Amino acid sequence: MKLLSQLKIGEQATVVAVHGEGAVRRRLFDMGITPGAEVYLRKKAPLGDPIEIAIRGYELTLRKAEAANVEVK
Amino acid sequence: MLRFALVGNPNSGKTTLFNELTGSTAHVGNWPGVTVDKKTGTYKKGDEPVDIVDLPGIYSLSPYTPEEVIARNFILDEHPDCVINIVDATNLERNLYLTTQLMELDVPVVVALNMTDVLDKNGDRIDVKTLEKRIGLPVVEISALKGNNVEKLMTRAIEAVKNGRKGSSVLKESALSSAINNAEIALKLKEVEAPLFHAVKLVEKDAIEVQTHPAESRAVEAFIRENLTQDPFNGDMEAAIADARYKYITAHFSSTLTRARKPSYDELSKSDKADKVLTHKWAGIPIFLVIMFAIFHLTFSENFLYLGSIIPAFGEWCGVEGNAVKTIFFAGGINSPGVILFNAMELFTGKVEEWLSLGLDGLGANPILAGLIVDGIWGGVASVLSFLPQILVLFLLFSILEDSGYMARVAFMLDRIFRRFGVSGRAFMPMIMGFGCSVPAMINTRTMADEKERQATVRVIPFFSCGAKLPILLAVAGGIVQVFDFGNADVITYSMYLLGMVTALISLLVMRNTTQRGEASPFIMELPTYHMPGFKNLMLHLWDKAKHFITKAFTIILISCVAIWFLSNFNWQWKHVGYITIGEEEFARTDLSILASLGQFIQPIFTPLGFGSQLNTNGWVFAVAAMLGLIAKEDVIAAFGTLAACLAPMAFGGSSEDGIREVVVMIEATGIGVAGLISFIAFNMLTIPCFAAVAAARGEIGKEKFKWTLLFWIFTSFLVSSIVYTVGEFVWPVVIWLVVAAMAVVGIVFYNKYADKKDAQKRLLNAKK
Repeated sequence: MKLLSQLKIGEQATVVAVHGEGAVRRRLFDMGITPGAEVYLRKKAPLGDPIEIAIRGYELTLRKAEAANVEVK
Repeated sequence: MLRFALVGNPNSGKTTLFNELTGSTAHVGNWPGVTVDKKTGTYKKGDEPVDIVDLPGIYSLSPYTPEEVIARNFILDEHPDCVINIVDATNLERNLYLTTQLMELDVPVVVALNMTDVLDKNGDRIDVKTLEKRIGLPVVEISALKGNNVEKLMTRAIEAVKNGRKGSSVLKESALSSAINNAEIALKLKEVEAPLFHAVKLVEKDAIEVQTHPAESRAVEAFIRENLTQDPFNGDMEAAIADARYKYITAHFSSTLTRARKPSYDELSKSDKADKVLTHKWAGIPIFLVIMFAIFHLTFSENFLYLGSIIPAFGEWCGVEGNAVKTIFFAGGINSPGVILFNAMELFTGKVEEWLSLGLDGLGANPILAGLIVDGIWGGVASVLSFLPQILVLFLLFSILEDSGYMARVAFMLDRIFRRFGVSGRAFMPMIMGFGCSVPAMINTRTMADEKERQATVRVIPFFSCGAKLPILLAVAGGIVQVFDFGNADVITYSMYLLGMVTALISLLVMRNTTQRGEASPFIMELPTYHMPGFKNLMLHLWDKAKHFITKAFTIILISCVAIWFLSNFNWQWKHVGYITIGEEEFARTDLSILASLGQFIQPIFTPLGFGSQLNTNGWVFAVAAMLGLIAKEDVIAAFGTLAACLAPMAFGGSSEDGIREVVVMIEATGIGVAGLISFIAFNMLTIPCFAAVAAARGEIGKEKFKWTLLFWIFTSFLVSSIVYTVGEFVWPVVIWLVVAAMAVVGIVFYNKYADKKDAQKRLLNAKK
């Protein structure tokens, strides 16, 4: 099992499942992180966290802790 | 009159479209109960005028953020005649996700497809006719920035109103349709408005809906359990619905977009290239610091671009000292735009003051009345107006950063550091802005998502010592060095800035663990494409803020200033205190005023801070100066001048440029020590800020929480100043303060454990229900 937070810069993956609960989880869905969506890890912030991903044609930033809710392959 | 609501994602060009539609008729207010801007205006270019309400930028109609709840309730309860849904064509999938939710409401919806011109440039194309047919809503291609097709959009919206509309849902083709249909029928029986929308939300187990329709919610849940056994989401309907929406959008809507080339992640757009530099691993933060420096330089520097040393001739060209041109533009170097505007404003308010006093003299007005008008009313207004140019310059520069998309990147870069203190990277910009002026800084906290986090940030902003507090620092530090031959003025000043920042961070930490307790808000944020901010938008934005500030200046701030003027110019017999003249300067006998006796009365409470009862009979001047500082912080030193003239006219002998002489006279007149003086600086830095900032904080925090904010400022300033004083005066209290701090930490930890438990219990109870 691989998590979105574990991707390396320049790595591409497909979302398998989104875990977590409440507002964070809903927000992930609303921003387009749903099963089947393709993600690409664009970069990490200068201090290593948060991360920036490209999804559904736009750029999204989220913390590693939040990205750890997203299972990818 | 017809009323349309404007709905769309943040960064979709919604504000630009709103400005294009409403022009100068726009009015900014607040949504009741929350500090989210409510913008309304009128569209007048059509056959009939139409009211336009700009709803907050949202990604979804979920019940989690105040913006989403506002938008949802407005459409449901206020029944706009039509919803104009602005959709960013360059970001079709995510924007249409909101559209699929709006469609479910029984309201006409028109899709304004914005930024298709950007697509054209890349050679991409959206088949609008097909999209319109598939989506079942009118779709109009517009360019909000250029104002293209806006009239056509409005015409089609008015048509849509005439045709009326019942909700439709893309979910009807998914596995969930039977559950939604059942819920819809149940709600129709209950004669609920917009049954389809509510049905979908019930299936989704939306917190608001479950509360309003508990019986139906249980029925829906039971139905799902029995009938949806093949569900890959294990009964998690929120996930299933979001997934179904996106799946439908990809299959039916975004397929209308044909791209000239297949997009690749390696291919960088202009924006990506800029971003690569601006958020670079090593260069990103230094670049940010340079940008910050440039902003402060443009606003506050008296030696713009350090040209002063290069072209001294400019000073000569400006003419003699005292000449208007020189006053405005030159101070040893060429002034920065901010300072030029500041000087121009000061020259203007000074001239008005001159005319006023001459005019009133000419009319033979009562000198006390003249004093009220010139010093009380106009003096108050002028002291506030004098901030306005630099506030606006700061505001403009920060708006440019915000609108260009850079601000989101700053939050991205710095989130890691600020998360430790319980706030997101978004809090950083307003805090730094606080070094310039608290007013624009507090207003800029609106970009923060979480309300508690935002309130905590507004409260600590004054601790980032603003430009007007610097004269206090310099004068008192200078006085300390001169009288006691202690330390170095620069070091004292620098340490005070540091003290302010440390206090701010500790306060944040304490608040986020006690009164402003809450889980760190999620930091899941779009990084919009960089783009040039539109000039018209910037100016309208700036005009809103200026209007807002001026209204405040002439109401709350003015009243407060007049009250302080009255207290410092009248005695208990309601008679004016009279004047004392030194050289050509005239000073009011503030030492005989009501304010002075108030100062004497409250003097003892400053004893733990080092400027209370341990001083001689003149010790009350510090309390009075601090109170006068509420008008504007630089007035603290001016108050010293007035009081020095009253108490020790011979020793004083007239105002000094840097305020050091004023401080020296005060030190000699009161017998205060070094620790007391440093504690006095700390007190002024941390206590209630000037009236302008107080008014801004009240606007941002809301009436209810505002009194706690005042209390917080008073408490923090007393606490920190007394620590500074006692530790400076006698070293042994260090131990006591350490014990107090340790006890506070332990107390907070226990409180948190207790509160966590309570939260868990509450959640359990709710779950059982």
